[in-house]
Amino acid sequence: MPELGRAALIVSLGLVVFALVAGAAAALTRRRRLALSARNALIASFGSTLVASAVLATALVRHDFAFEYVASHTSRALPTRYALSAFWGGQEGSLLLWLLVLTGLGGLAVWVNRKKARDLVVWVVPVIAGVATFFAFMLVVVASPFATSAPPPDGAGLNPSLQNPYMVAHPPLLYLGYVGLTIPFAFAMGALLSGRTDERWIVATRRWTLIAWTALGLGQLLGAHWAYEEVGWGGYYAWDPVENAALMPWLAATAYLHSVMIQEKRGMLKVWNVVLVSLAFCLSLYGTFLTRSGVINSIHSFAQSPLGGWFLGFIVVVTVFSVGLIFYRLPLLKARTRLESLVSREATFLYNNLLLVALCLTILWGVTWPILSEALNGEARVVGRPYYDFFLRAFGLPLLLLMGIGPLVAWRRASLRGLAKTFAWPVAASLVTGVVLIALGAGSSTPGLIAYTFSAFVLATIVLEFVRGTRARRALAGEPWPVAFSSLIGRNRRRYGGYIVHAAIVLLAIGVAGSSAYQHVNEARLKPGQTLAVGGYLLTYQALAQTKNANATEVRAVLDVRHGGTTIGTMRAGKNVYTAPAGDVSNEVGIRTNYLTGEDLFVIAEQVYGDGSVDFRVFVKPLVNLIWLAGLVFLLGSVIALWPDAREERRLALRYGEVEAGAPASS
Amino acid sequence: MLCVVVVALPYLREPQPSSDRLEEPDAAGRRRLALAEERDRALAALKELEFDHRTGTISDDDYRELVGPLRRDAAQALKALELPPAVGDQSPTD
Repeated sequence: MPELGRAALIVSLGLVVFALVAGAAAALTRRRRLALSARNALIASFGSTLVASAVLATALVRHDFAFEYVASHTSRALPTRYALSAFWGGQEGSLLLWLLVLTGLGGLAVWVNRKKARDLVVWVVPVIAGVATFFAFMLVVVASPFATSAPPPDGAGLNPSLQNPYMVAHPPLLYLGYVGLTIPFAFAMGALLSGRTDERWIVATRRWTLIAWTALGLGQLLGAHWAYEEVGWGGYYAWDPVENAALMPWLAATAYLHSVMIQEKRGMLKVWNVVLVSLAFCLSLYGTFLTRSGVINSIHSFAQSPLGGWFLGFIVVVTVFSVGLIFYRLPLLKARTRLESLVSREATFLYNNLLLVALCLTILWGVTWPILSEALNGEARVVGRPYYDFFLRAFGLPLLLLMGIGPLVAWRRASLRGLAKTFAWPVAASLVTGVVLIALGAGSSTPGLIAYTFSAFVLATIVLEFVRGTRARRALAGEPWPVAFSSLIGRNRRRYGGYIVHAAIVLLAIGVAGSSAYQHVNEARLKPGQTLAVGGYLLTYQALAQTKNANATEVRAVLDVRHGGTTIGTMRAGKNVYTAPAGDVSNEVGIRTNYLTGEDLFVIAEQVYGDGSVDFRVFVKPLVNLIWLAGLVFLLGSVIALWPDAREERRLALRYGEVEAGAPASS
Repeated sequence: MLCVVVVALPYLREPQPSSDRLEEPDAAGRRRLALAEERDRALAALKELEFDHRTGTISDDDYRELVGPLRRDAAQALKALELPPAVGDQSPTD
C-alpha cells in the first residue's frame, strides 16, 4: 500500500514537471501538440494524486499504523469520521490535500476554458504546473505521508480539539479557498506572459475566484464556530495567526472582487487587479506557510521544521516572478480612462479597496512582527488583541458605511443634490436607529452604537434597492410582485447576489458588535447548591456527573438556569479526559441559545476541584447567533452571484464568436 | 502507462498534422476583441444607467448628464467595429 502511494506521488511529480517544462516550451515555440500534451499531463496528475489520496484515506480508515502518518495522528478508538479528518490534521496530509485540490481545480479550469481562451490557456498550464511542482516535490522529497516504520500497537491519537464535526468541514473549505486562488493567479500570469491583457482572463476566472472566496469565507465562519464551541474560551475569533492566515487572502480577494468590476465597467485599474490577484495568492501561500511550518510557535521550531525554508523560498520566488512580470507588462496595462469624480461608484469602490488592503496589510504586519522580532532579537514581541481591534474599528466601520454608499452612487460622477435625494431614506433609518438605541441604553459602547447605526444605513440601502428594482420590473413587464422580485435577481445575479452578501456582512457586524460590545460576564468558584447571577440569568450549580465513552471520560457540571423568575432549563459544562492521546483534556462548554433574540448563555467550567467545587465563567452574548446566520445568508448570496447566467453566456459567446469570425455579428 | 497514453494522446491522434502551429489572434483580431469589449462595456453601462434611473437610484439631473457621453461611447465603439483596421486603430485598443 505505501509503495502505491509513493509511486503515485512520483508519477504526479513527473507529470506536473512535464506540464511545466513542456507547457512553457510549447507556449514559447507555439507548438500546438506539445501544448495539448502539457495540458493533458496536468489533468492526468489529478488522477495520480487521487490514487495517492485514496491510499492515505484507506490507511487512515483501516488504522494501518505501519504508516507513520496514521500512527502519529489517529488511534484505534478514534471514530472513522475523525480518522478520515486526520487526512488534513497533519503536515503531510495537508500538503497532499493542497496538491489534490490544485490539480483537480487546475485541470478543470484549463479544460473548461480550452476553447474560450486558447492562446491564454497555453500559458496558464505551466503556471499551475509550476505551483503543483512545488507541492509534489515537497510530498516526494521533504514530507512524505507514506513514510513507514514498524507498526505500534496503537496510534498517538488525534488532538482532542480536532475531534469535532466542524473540523471535518472547516480545513477542506479553507484549502479549497487557498488553492482556489491559484486559478485567478495563474490566468492573470498567463495573460501577462502571453501579452493578452484583454478581459478574457477576468471572464475565465470570475467564478473560480468567487468559489475560492466563498469557500474561504465559509471555512473561516465554521472555524469561528468551532472555536466558540470547542476551544471554550468564550469567544469565536482570537486574532490568532492561524485565523489571520485565512483572513488575509480573503480580504485581498474581497478587494479584487470589487476592483475587478471597475475594470469590467470602466476599463480602469488593470495594474491594481493583477497586483491584488497576486497578493491574494501570495497570502494564501503565506497562510499555508504560517500554519504548516511551525513558525508560529517559535522561530526555533521553524528552523527545525523541514517545510519552513522551502515554503519561504517558494513565496519569494512567486513574489519576485509576479512583481517582475507586472513591471515588464506595465505598458500593456495602461488604462485609457481616468477617474472622473471623487463622488462616483468607482471612487467608492476605490476607497473600499484601500481600506480592505490597509486592513489586510495591518493584519499581515501583526502576524509577521512577532516572527521578525524573534528572528532579529531572539524575543518574540506579541501583537495583542487591542492592536487588531483598533484597526478593525478604524478600517472596518468606514468599510461598513461604504457598503451602503457604493450601490447608490452613479458610475462616472454623481451630483450632491441627486445623492441627497437618494440617501434621504437610508440616512433617516440610521438616525432613527441610533436615537432608539441610545434610548434603550446602547450608548454604553460608542463603537457598538456606530456599528449598529451604520448597519441600519446599509440594510436600508439594500432593502431600498430591492424594493425599487422590483417596482421597476413590475412597471416594465407588468409582472406580479413575486415574479418581478425573482426576475430582478435572475436578470442581474451578480448585482443582487452581491447585495445579499452585503446583508450577510451587516448581520456579521451586528452579531460581532452585540456579542463583544454588549456582552455580560461573571465568574465564581461554586459548590453544589450555590448560585451565580449574570445578565438577568441566575445559575444554580447542582452536581457533577461523570460518563465514560470509547475514547474519553466526560465530566460535566450540571446547572439549573432561571430567567425572569422562572426555571428555563438545565445546562452542562465540563471537561473530556481522553484515553488517546492519553491524558489530553478538552473544554466542553455549555451553550443555551435563545432563537428569538439570537442571544447565547455560555458556560465554561474552567477548573473542576476534588471537593466537587467548580470555577465557572459565564457569558451572556447578545445577538451572537446572527454571526452564524450571516454564514447562511453569505452562502445564499454567493450561490446567486455564482449561478450561471445564460444571457451573459450568450453575450460572451457572441463577442468571442464574432472576433474569431472576423466580423461584428448582428445582435 | 495510462498517464503516458494521456500525455502522448495529441501525438497519437495526429502523427503527421498539416500544421502544428498554435493558433493565436493576429493584430486585427486583437483589435476587434478590444473594440468588442469596449462596445459591450458601453452598452452595459448604458443599460445599467437606464435601469438605475428607472428605479430612482439615479436622479433625473444625473441621468441627463451621464446618458449623452455613454450613448456617444457606445455609438463610437459600434462604428469602430465596422470600420477597416487602419481607421479603427484610432479607436480603443488594449
